[in-house]
Amino acid sequence: MTTATLPLDVEGPAAPPRANGELVFAEPWEGRAFGLTMALADRGVLSYDAFREVLIARIAAWEADHPVGECFSYYRCWLQALEQVLASEDLVPAEELVARSAAFAARPAGHDHEHEHDHGHDHGHDHDH
Amino acid sequence: MTEVEATVDPTISPALRAEALESLLLERGLIDTKTIETFIRTYETAVGPMNGAKVVAKAWTDPEYKQHLLADGTAAIAALGFKGPQGEHMVVLENTPDVHHVVVCTLCSCYPWPVLGLPPSWYKDPAYRARVVKEPRAVLAEWGTELDPGVEVRVMDSSSEVRYLVLPERPAGTESMSEEELAALVTRDSMVGVTKVLAP
Repeated sequence: MTTATLPLDVEGPAAPPRANGELVFAEPWEGRAFGLTMALADRGVLSYDAFREVLIARIAAWEADHPVGECFSYYRCWLQALEQVLASEDLVPAEELVARSAAFAARPAGHDHEHEHDHGHDHGHDHDH
Repeated sequence: MTEVEATVDPTISPALRAEALESLLLERGLIDTKTIETFIRTYETAVGPMNGAKVVAKAWTDPEYKQHLLADGTAAIAALGFKGPQGEHMVVLENTPDVHHVVVCTLCSCYPWPVLGLPPSWYKDPAYRARVVKEPRAVLAEWGTELDPGVEVRVMDSSSEVRYLVLPERPAGTESMSEEELAALVTRDSMVGVTKVLAP
């Protein structure tokens, strides 16, 4: 389960995954949540199977009870499951995540959205999107 | 679960939470940005149903490969170079004039990533997951897949122990087509079993 074993068949004649008319990730944060999880699993920080168990529980909890009119969001459940696994393993305590999220929310306008377009970061993204 | 729920502030958007989580994980040295972006890019552009289409087209044109595929899906798919996360425990189900398989994951969204990429939103949707089990023929009809009453419909539940890929029926009138031409006909939906492959 390493990136090296992933087939990178970009040369093939067939269409990319979005050929059926749907983007793989509807919003950039969905891709980040997915990429974070896979990177952590790849490094052995978390087990994908253990994560999946929590994801199943999150989805079931949403189906059992959710605000009237709220649409199902698979990646919202995914992100909550990831937060829960990291908190329960004491890797990222919940309070710390809330504090950091709040700090980001308090940034001046123009700095609180679109991760990929945020140039104010100090952790050096490859801006090739 | 309750521990986290208690601290979730619903006014904080998932985009901010994902960004906050990433920054905390980076600070702790648990991830690196390049790996994250490689995973995202890989599943956005390189891994998808075209892989499964190649598997199907090969099975249609090479009886020996088809036999291998049905006997040991994981190994036969890996033999074409398609492996990686969620590609373990693959079972390939052959659709015939008498039996039609359709795949779901009732608990979450188990799906064979190396051959189909990440699942589409309808596959993850609670409505599909619940309804295809209860009324598969009605769901298939909504996809335009009208089956003869004599056809047996089997709804297969993917899980972490077994991930299903449907080998759709090769459409009539494609006898002279090459493997590559056939691969171009095979759709993602036909490999989940909600549709059939249509002749060009």
